[in-house]
Amino acid sequence: MDKVGIVGCTQTKYEADKIDQTYSELVFEVVKKLHNELGITNDDIGCVITSSNDFNDGRTIANMAIQDAVGSIGKAESRVSGDGAFAYIYGAMRILSESYDTVMVVSHCKCSEVNQYLVNNTIFDPYYQRHLGLDQISSAGLMANMYMNKYGVTEDQAAKVVIKNRKNALNNPYAHLQKEITIDEVLNSKMLAYPLKELDFPPFSDGAVAMLLAKEDVAKKMTDTPVWLKGYGSCTDAYYLGHRNMTDLIGLELAAKEAYKMANIKDPVKEIDVCEVSENFSIHELMIYEALGLCAPGKGGEFIEGGETEMNGSIPVNPSGGVLSSNPIMANGLIRVAEIALQLKGKADKRQIPNAKIGLAYGMNGICSQGNCVLIFGGE
Amino acid sequence: MSKHDVAVVGIGQTKFRSKRRDVNIPEMVYEAVKMALDDAQLEPKEIDAIIIGNMDHFEGINFSELFCGIEGAPGYLKPVVKVATGGTTGSSLAICGYHNVASGIYNKVLVVGWEKLNEGGATTGIITAFDPVWERPSLAGALGPLALMAGMYSAKYGITSEQAAKVTVKNRSNAANNPFAHLQMPNITIDYVMSSQMISYPLRLHDVCPQSEGACALIYANEEETKKITDNPAWFHVVETAHYYTFGTDEAMFDLPTATIASKKAYKKAGIKNPVKDLDVAEIYEPTSWSELSWTEALGFCKPGEGGKLLDEGITLMSGEFPVNPSGGVLSTNPIGATALVRVAEAAIQVMGRGEKRQVPDVEKALAMGFGGSLWSEVLILGKEPLR
Repeated sequence: MDKVGIVGCTQTKYEADKIDQTYSELVFEVVKKLHNELGITNDDIGCVITSSNDFNDGRTIANMAIQDAVGSIGKAESRVSGDGAFAYIYGAMRILSESYDTVMVVSHCKCSEVNQYLVNNTIFDPYYQRHLGLDQISSAGLMANMYMNKYGVTEDQAAKVVIKNRKNALNNPYAHLQKEITIDEVLNSKMLAYPLKELDFPPFSDGAVAMLLAKEDVAKKMTDTPVWLKGYGSCTDAYYLGHRNMTDLIGLELAAKEAYKMANIKDPVKEIDVCEVSENFSIHELMIYEALGLCAPGKGGEFIEGGETEMNGSIPVNPSGGVLSSNPIMANGLIRVAEIALQLKGKADKRQIPNAKIGLAYGMNGICSQGNCVLIFGGE
Repeated sequence: MSKHDVAVVGIGQTKFRSKRRDVNIPEMVYEAVKMALDDAQLEPKEIDAIIIGNMDHFEGINFSELFCGIEGAPGYLKPVVKVATGGTTGSSLAICGYHNVASGIYNKVLVVGWEKLNEGGATTGIITAFDPVWERPSLAGALGPLALMAGMYSAKYGITSEQAAKVTVKNRSNAANNPFAHLQMPNITIDYVMSSQMISYPLRLHDVCPQSEGACALIYANEEETKKITDNPAWFHVVETAHYYTFGTDEAMFDLPTATIASKKAYKKAGIKNPVKDLDVAEIYEPTSWSELSWTEALGFCKPGEGGKLLDEGITLMSGEFPVNPSGGVLSTNPIGATALVRVAEAAIQVMGRGEKRQVPDVEKALAMGFGGSLWSEVLILGKEPLR
């Protein structure tokens, strides 16, 4: 595969309700910051790929409102309706197809505009499931319960994910929730969908992220620390929850296998230095460890108890604080890519993993990891 | 031009109608997908990835690709992604599929666009595309801006209602030759169009596209796979997009500058000097009769202000030198998420010589155009041979 490099990336601070900014202004903030940081102008950008979701924004053709902000007047822009990781790979494809030298990828979400529980209910089909009232909370409860039942993973182990990610978020200036919490606070928080409690879930955040991609020679000219795409895999699980194996993330497992194959990774724990994953609830992160092959099926609980995914563990997961700390839903996947890029560039400041050379980013669409995108990146 | 050549190797369309009460959404999508797979003689498992286009607000289904990609298409355990850009959805989808294969990431992809508007409401959705403070109270939805454009265009160039009506007559009688078209009116007259109800001046009922239900599916392959599948593919020569200001009204709206920008880039890359001579047929996205006249100017088929004359001279008729919309165009069939993909499908059909009663003789190169958003345009050119 030819090389596609991440030249630079920018993020907003993630917050609960950015009432002083429209979502176009959020996008403009990261685009302008990207221009300034890289010393480029709009003319240096070949085309733009955005990611957003009309439901989350409460606007049809949600990318129409950000044309001025992304500078695509007379220029090509296209929009992946879904998670930002999928927008990243579409942007990379536009370089690999030799159609553009540079592509800017932007993702935004302003969760405060719309009731996100109602939005998530509309993911369920209108004929059979929607009127049952399913949403991301109740379906996560079903998944977590089945998983814990099958493998004997405990609520304590799940709470450790929250503790870890919230603690990591203290080192990330962009993170939304920056307050250390105790295991008792998690375990005693309000029950939402057994066995998951309020603090097992992420907040809803407003924010945006932007990134410039370039083909090999251009990327090398624009930065001393380009971050290269090494592997990619994508896989979609069954739609109906009843058709899925709810105790294992099959779609993610297959996407990861494909990405490892492309990146020639045999032993992920040894070969990957840092992971940023889209964990939508505490137990979800444990299931993600297993699907990524970081530990054996059912061993996610033991894996976090052993401290393997802590900042100083054998494979740190979510040094940024992950989705449990900042959750501008559609942008989550592209934030994961941006955070891995910062790690591999050695520019992650207080959340930096020393000598990170290979990183993994995971973005997902839909309910309980239905649509999966795994990306492997390398520095140098 | 690109790393890999990409060809259309399979095509499927449903019969488009105002209501498809006999099927639900995944069943409707499956009809087109099955046709495309059968056309390419491929098994579902042979498809590497699926790209879906749909305006999910119109039916009120969030992540509709995760629903239809699995229940109506062979997306289980495959990559499924959705591209949604309003009216241009179908062409954006076609372009996304192109990059999926041209990049070398995938060898064979399935591209599907669909809309089932009676399960929701298109206008309800489209209104929310406009700014809630500045635009929504005055100029929201599809009809208002299009009427404004038609009015300004006619005022600037003296185009008459009669010339516009001729577009509807041309396209809906062409549609009678297309078994998939929604409104097939072989005996339609100029008087019939001009005496229909005024909707929004100067647009009358028959100056405006219908809303249709249906799906369109295409299968793309790279050079190597194409050879195995068919000896009659349609190769992509170029795909171009031009977007515009968030507020379409930031510029005068009598023409479509993005179509000019996108087509000029496309012609340059594809080595087209004179589109009317160097191309053989065009399938363009005309939401109204007036817009076809204006778009033919913007695409460089004639000089600015001469769109009416171009049709008066019969150049864009089926019998003319450069037929536009042999399928009947958008004035006959408009399943929004599929509309611009149908343009690409029909251009491919013309290049393959499979248009039967709507076939233009000896087509070597065809142009497809998508229109949408705040005056966005996409231009694709397909040919019998790869460009290189």
